Amino acid sequence: MSDTSAIVILIAAILTNNILLTNFLGMCSFIACSGQIRTAMGLGTAVTFVLTMTTMINYCIYHFILVPGGLEHLQFIVFIAVIAAFVQLVEMFVERFSPKLYFALGIFLPLITVNCAILGASLFMVIRGYNFLQSVGFGFGAGIGWALAIILMAGLRQKMRYSNVPEPFRGVPIAMIVTCVLAMAFMGFAGMVTIQ
Amino acid sequence: MIYVLSIVSFAGLTVVLSAGLIIAERFLINYGICKLDINAGEKPLEVEGGQTLLACLYANEIFIPSACGGKGTCGHCKITVLSGGGPVLPIETPHLTRKEIRSGTRLACQVKVREDIYVRIPEDFLNVKLFSATVLSTRSVTYDIKEVRVKLNDPAEISQRPGQYVQIQAPSPDGPVFRAYSISSAVYEPNEVEVVVRLIPGGVGSTYVHNLEVNDPVVFTGPYGEFRLNEDPSVEIVCVGGGAGMAPMKNIIYSIYDRWPERSCWLFFGCRTTKDIFYLEEFKELERKHPSFHVVYALSDDLGPDEKWDGETGFVHLAVDKYLESEKPRQAFLCGPPLMIEAVTRVLEEKGIRSEDIFYDEFK
Repeated sequence: MSDTSAIVILIAAILTNNILLTNFLGMCSFIACSGQIRTAMGLGTAVTFVLTMTTMINYCIYHFILVPGGLEHLQFIVFIAVIAAFVQLVEMFVERFSPKLYFALGIFLPLITVNCAILGASLFMVIRGYNFLQSVGFGFGAGIGWALAIILMAGLRQKMRYSNVPEPFRGVPIAMIVTCVLAMAFMGFAGMVTIQ
Repeated sequence: MIYVLSIVSFAGLTVVLSAGLIIAERFLINYGICKLDINAGEKPLEVEGGQTLLACLYANEIFIPSACGGKGTCGHCKITVLSGGGPVLPIETPHLTRKEIRSGTRLACQVKVREDIYVRIPEDFLNVKLFSATVLSTRSVTYDIKEVRVKLNDPAEISQRPGQYVQIQAPSPDGPVFRAYSISSAVYEPNEVEVVVRLIPGGVGSTYVHNLEVNDPVVFTGPYGEFRLNEDPSVEIVCVGGGAGMAPMKNIIYSIYDRWPERSCWLFFGCRTTKDIFYLEEFKELERKHPSFHVVYALSDDLGPDEKWDGETGFVHLAVDKYLESEKPRQAFLCGPPLMIEAVTRVLEEKGIRSEDIFYDEFK
């Protein structure tokens, strides 16, 4: 059981333990959807929302159903089912209330289901033994961190459109290199707060 | 015990989640009744929002061609959406050219009706009907090509132009699908429809058609297709087919000689071996009756030791090049694999046929 406060976990999840830049989770939609800042912001918001909510729901299911029943081995499949159902729900909401965002996100909205960052956060929550408040902090922080990374990346890629990238590096290769540089830059935060 | 508990709790969770989703869907995906306007007021409809445009049109008996069953993979269900369709989705872009996107062309299976929607549908599609029929006869014309003739029950008549096709409904593991087949029966037999189908291993439609037996019920929609035969009898008709691409030509040729017994017409047909030849006797018979009709079959593979053949050899476009003289008013209809179409189109253009007079039905 960790006894770090939820606020510290939140800050740490955004900066020092950024789920994308230190754990490299959720890379596929990060690379594919970081072409434009607007789309990146939309997707970032959706991921943050889904991450926070699913860590909350998964926390409850894990501690109130799976642990009392001795069914911890079901955690993977249960977490995935919850995430899938929740994303469906979010998709319906977005389609109804913000058709613009719905069309901008397109195929990536349902793809949040298989965004590994979201399953990753739920699993970290179990491994690190967070309590409810810490889980919420961690889920929310991980979401913000992911959104921050993709928005930064989108900004960089928008700028990069005018730079003279050598032919073989255009597209995904340079995106990967930029991600690495970004990850190294984030290492500057290391030591500020540590969570385990 | 642990297994039972695992299964029960996971099943329970799944049921709860699905129930939640179904309830949410009831409240969220409810757009009320939307207006669907076709061709500027020609056919105003009211449909329930939330479904795809294709489903709405089907429910109102407007049969847009669609071979993939609404998955967005065949690209047949193109119609023009004037307003209310939302932006073009990434799943549609591979099927649309830039010009089509600018003019509002969409895939009807991908457009969801969320508000009042205004569409333009070609007149031909509005004449498409849903037919129920029974199989009259089946005949294997080669080892893998079958001719199936059905009698129409409801409606009892079809008004088709030669070169048009129907979409036969075939059962598949994911529900019924439609597969397009050209009509090979001539226009003067409006109560019957005949198709000529090659069996494709693993193919949903061709397997279904090949397994049909006499008196089986068949459901199809049609007729589709934009080909229009030139009505001027002095224009020569050139038909070039390959493989199983015979059905539309048979229809065109028999319809022509029913109406214009003197009209000049060529049929070139490419096969691999003597095993693949079909309908040659029928066409030879027609050639004897109508001297202005010429039929040329060409075999592309080398003859086997026990095969006898005194006709053309080599690819069919070489035969076209050999027999046709240049510069004559002509209209051409091609049907076959893409490479054949490409080669024949080149030859025909060299012979002075304008590209807008060359029509083709490409096998993909």
